[in-house]
Parts: sequence; structure tokens; C-alpha cells
Amino acid sequence: MKFSAEKLNKVKEIIARYPEGKQKSALIPVLHLAQEENGGWLSTEAMDHVAELLSILPIEVYEVATFYTMFNLKPVGKFVFEVCRTGPCMLNGSDNIIEYIKEKLSIREGETTPDGMFTLKPAECLGACGYAPMMQLGKHYREHLTKEKVDAIIDECRRNAANNN
Amino acid sequence: MKLLLEHAHVEGIRYYDTYRKHGGYRSVEKAFKMTPDEIVEEVKKSGLRGRGGAGFPTGMKWSFLAKPEGVPRHLVCNADESEPGTFKDRYLMEFLPHLLIEGLIVSSFALGSHATYIYIRGEYAWIVDILEQAIAEAKNNGWLGKNILNSGFDCEIYVQRGGGAYICGEETALIESLEGKRGNPRIKPPFPAIQGVWMRPTVVNNVETLAAIVPIINNGGEEYAKIGVGRSTGTKLLSVCGNVKKPGIYEIDMTQSVEEFIFSDEYCGGIANGKRLKACIPGGSSVPILPANLLLKTAKGETRYMNYESLSDGGFATGSMMGSGGFIVMDEEQCVVRHTMTLARFYNHESCGQCSPCREGTGWMYKILKNIEYGKGKLSDIDLLWDIQRKIEGNTICPLGDAAAWPVAAAIRHFRDEFEWHVNNPDEAQNRNFGLAHYADPIHIPAGA
Repeated sequence: MKFSAEKLNKVKEIIARYPEGKQKSALIPVLHLAQEENGGWLSTEAMDHVAELLSILPIEVYEVATFYTMFNLKPVGKFVFEVCRTGPCMLNGSDNIIEYIKEKLSIREGETTPDGMFTLKPAECLGACGYAPMMQLGKHYREHLTKEKVDAIIDECRRNAANNN
Repeated sequence: MKLLLEHAHVEGIRYYDTYRKHGGYRSVEKAFKMTPDEIVEEVKKSGLRGRGGAGFPTGMKWSFLAKPEGVPRHLVCNADESEPGTFKDRYLMEFLPHLLIEGLIVSSFALGSHATYIYIRGEYAWIVDILEQAIAEAKNNGWLGKNILNSGFDCEIYVQRGGGAYICGEETALIESLEGKRGNPRIKPPFPAIQGVWMRPTVVNNVETLAAIVPIINNGGEEYAKIGVGRSTGTKLLSVCGNVKKPGIYEIDMTQSVEEFIFSDEYCGGIANGKRLKACIPGGSSVPILPANLLLKTAKGETRYMNYESLSDGGFATGSMMGSGGFIVMDEEQCVVRHTMTLARFYNHESCGQCSPCREGTGWMYKILKNIEYGKGKLSDIDLLWDIQRKIEGNTICPLGDAAAWPVAAAIRHFRDEFEWHVNNPDEAQNRNFGLAHYADPIHIPAGA
């Protein structure tokens, strides 16, 4: 994995936010960029490239990438459904939503559909408790979920994938 | 009484021109005519207490900031909002980003921070764009950058995205994360005010705390302190979730009773679907859960109010905490065992693994609660849970250990019969919940109390 010229500029801009010699501070933001660039996950190669860019040791990148749950260390589907299941969402039926997604996509928690389209990743509290149940899909939240809304989201993802091909 | 959300519903308030038209950035103009120490004094007078959960007086925290010659200082805004039940900072940043930026400029000037960072939880990805746009607008209009308002003061604000770790809401873990490391809390002392980010003196404040600086400077600390009750001054944002008719964000002046807050149409509008109130966690998932009777009245039978002092009346035996203002309401059909299990899973997932009582204890608590919830528990498990939580509390570097222990302790303290019912009726407990039981009965006041 190599960053595009545009992303490389972004990396430079991020590094410039910190004092001289403290470029390691850019690690988490740069890992987010690397994950975007690498199809939603961080390969060892991608992490090594980040280490090189920030002039730090690869182990410094691995230990951070393995700590934070937003970084995927295995390939994921094109669309990752991160469904919150913590207390407040549970009170509003998140268990039923997770069960419904499992049934509808025939996958278990943490799995990806065979066509590489969807991954189900149960999440802990995402800060949308008043709008439960909810999931994160890409950059945005989908809130007040119902089975019908889940159906519509799945259709929407399939349409988007078809349009992009 | 609205100070923070006064203009929340004005169309376009997210953008600079509208925000400025509604009185935005006046506090910066006023602050730059004051000295930094005078600003700190106003904040002290206001009685403002940290809105992230701990409730520590903000002015005092600011006055601890070390100012060694030639060493840069930093203000860091804690926008890592991750406490289950809490989503108020998200609301402020999403709808009133300029209010936060304005508070940050005044606070940066007061503390002498030329590079100020907003550390935001990684999942709030779209809010990063909103904040960066607001920062760019502020800069284009001369409120940020070099020589702001010809004061000679330079300031930049940067947004840093986290990676999805609850622990990074703890200020020293946040600092580690900002330095590009795992979010392992540091041993204190040294406190961040002496050695924080890059070993420089640092103040870390919550989003709502920094937004509150705006009305404090605009109206004066004394005026701010007149709002509220006793040591609970000003207004507080509450994020309400669970089984109420109107979940969402409310700004209160802390004079309301809990009963009024839950049942009046001005606030939560009562329990949804015509059900009855069973229990509530009033200040984010870490604080003790209370059954309906102890929530509405204190153990002495007095009305309980929505403020720091009243919510904690009775200590952990019969009270709770204001915490972060994450108000989680449970109706009569909810299962306390299952809810506690999800919280135990949460803390187990979020433990950084540095201290063994928390790393191991949260895992055991989750496993035992799972057994009880799924009909495989023993009566002795309840005492074992109690024992584990006792051994976590107070024995860890950071407060995550306490935060994990308290919900389990309070659930057993107040709902022990529900846990026992799960153990004694494992099959029935798979099909139905324990119900309201006696949790809403009037409080029995022992003779002579």
C-alpha cells in the first residue's frame, strides 16, 4: 500500500499540527487514512508504510493498531455494520436488530458475507443512546433502527455497490 | 433557563454568520480586554464544575497549571465522549460547533495555549468535518491564527480523531493517545497540569465545560453562580435515553426534582408505552443504578433533585451521582441482570489491560453475569460478584476500575432478589423478566431514622 499524492499531503498537514520531533502524535489520524486507502483494513505492509512515513519503529504502529477497536487487522466487507449492543441500546431492542441482521445475511458476529459485501461487527456504546437502536455505517450513524430500516440499508448498500462497478 | 442551547434551534446556527448574528464571539472580544488571570478568577467565581463526570471545579483545575518560563502549555478539549448513556457533547459539537470554538479561544487565552487540541472519539467521524469547517470559518474571520484581535496572542485549534477506546476519556490516557500511543493511563502525580502532553503543562477539559466558559465570560462568574443550587451552579446538559417518551438532550438549571424531570412534558414526558418506572442510572453507566423509589425520594423520604448534591444524597448505599449527565431510564419490563451484563461486557472490552484487578476482574464479572443471565448461575455467584467488584474498586491506576465495579455493586445492592430469582428460576428467566416487583413501593423509613 502506498498513499496517493493527495493523501500524502494530508499526512504532512497532520504532522505539522504537532511540535517539531513529535510526529508520532500523528499516528492514529494517519492510521485512519491508511485504513481508508487500504480497503477498510490495515495490513502489515500498510502499517510498515505508516511507520516509515512517521520515522518510528513498526512495533510502535502495531501496538497502537491492535489497541484501538476502529482498526481492522483482517479484511472486512465493503460495508461494515457496527451495531451497538451496550445497555441503552439493549433497552431499545438492539439484540433483535443484531439477530435480524445475522439471519438476513446468514452470517455470525464478526463474519463477512461470502460475496465480500457485508461484515457484522457488534460495537460497544457509540454515543447515540437516545436514538437507539443504531449502527455505524462508514462515516455516519444510522439511528432508530427497525427491521424495515435494516432492509432498506442493505438494499441501499447493494445499489451503491452496483453503481460503483 | 438556557445558556448553552439558547440558539440551538436557530436555522443555520452551525455556520459562522448566523452564529455571529446571534451574539457569537462576544466573549472573545470581552476576554481579550481582560488579563488571563482575570478570566481564571471569573471561572473560579462561577463555581463551574467539570462536566465530563468527575465534577471537579474548573477554575481550581486551571489555577494548578504550571507556568515555567519558556515551556509551551496546552489546552486539550476532551471530546472522547464514550460513557454509555452520554451523548450531550456530540449534540453541542454537531449543532453548535462555534460555541465550543468560542469557549476554546477564550480558555486558550486564559491558559496561554497557542496550540489547542480537540481529541474527539474516532466514531464521531462526521463531526470532525463540522468542527474543522467551524475552525476554518473562525480563522477566516480573524478569531484564530496570528495576533487575534490585535492582542498579540496567537492560537491554532486542531482536531484529533481517536481510534475507538473508552479509556481515552480518562485524561492521562487521552494524553498518551494524543502522543500516538496506546491509551494506557499514567500514574499520577505528576498531574497533567505539571506534565501533560509531550511532558508540557496541560489542562484537559470536557466539551460542555469549555462551552460553558462563553456564558461565564459574557455574563460574569457571579451571574453564572446565581443559577442552580448550592455548589451545583450554572446549567447542566442531560442526555436522556432508555424507555422515556422523549429521549434527547435537555439543559436544566438543576432545580428540578427527578420526578418533574422524568414525568413532565417539558422534559422526558414520562415512561414510554404507558409503562411504569423501574430504575434509572442518572449519570452515565458508571454511576450506581437506583430503583424507582430511591430515585424519586432520598432514603430520608425527601424529594430528590437533579443536581450534584441531591443525586449523591445517601452515598452509594442509597444514592448515586450526577456523573456525566447520561440519564438511562428503565421501564418495568427491563431486566436489571441483562442490563448489568451488557455494562460488564462493555467495561471488559474497554479495560486497557494495564492493571490486573481491572483486566482480570472485568472479564470474570462479565462471565459470571452471563452465566446468571443465561440460566447457568449459582447463588454463590452473587457473592462472588460482590467480592470481585470490591477487589477492583480503588485498586487500579485510573478510575475505569471503579467505573466497572460500581454498576455491578449497585445492581446487587438494590436488585439482589432479581439476581436470586434468575438463579432459582433459570428456565422461566429465559422467557420473561422479573418485572417491577416492589421497586416502586414507597420507601420504608426505619423507626427512629
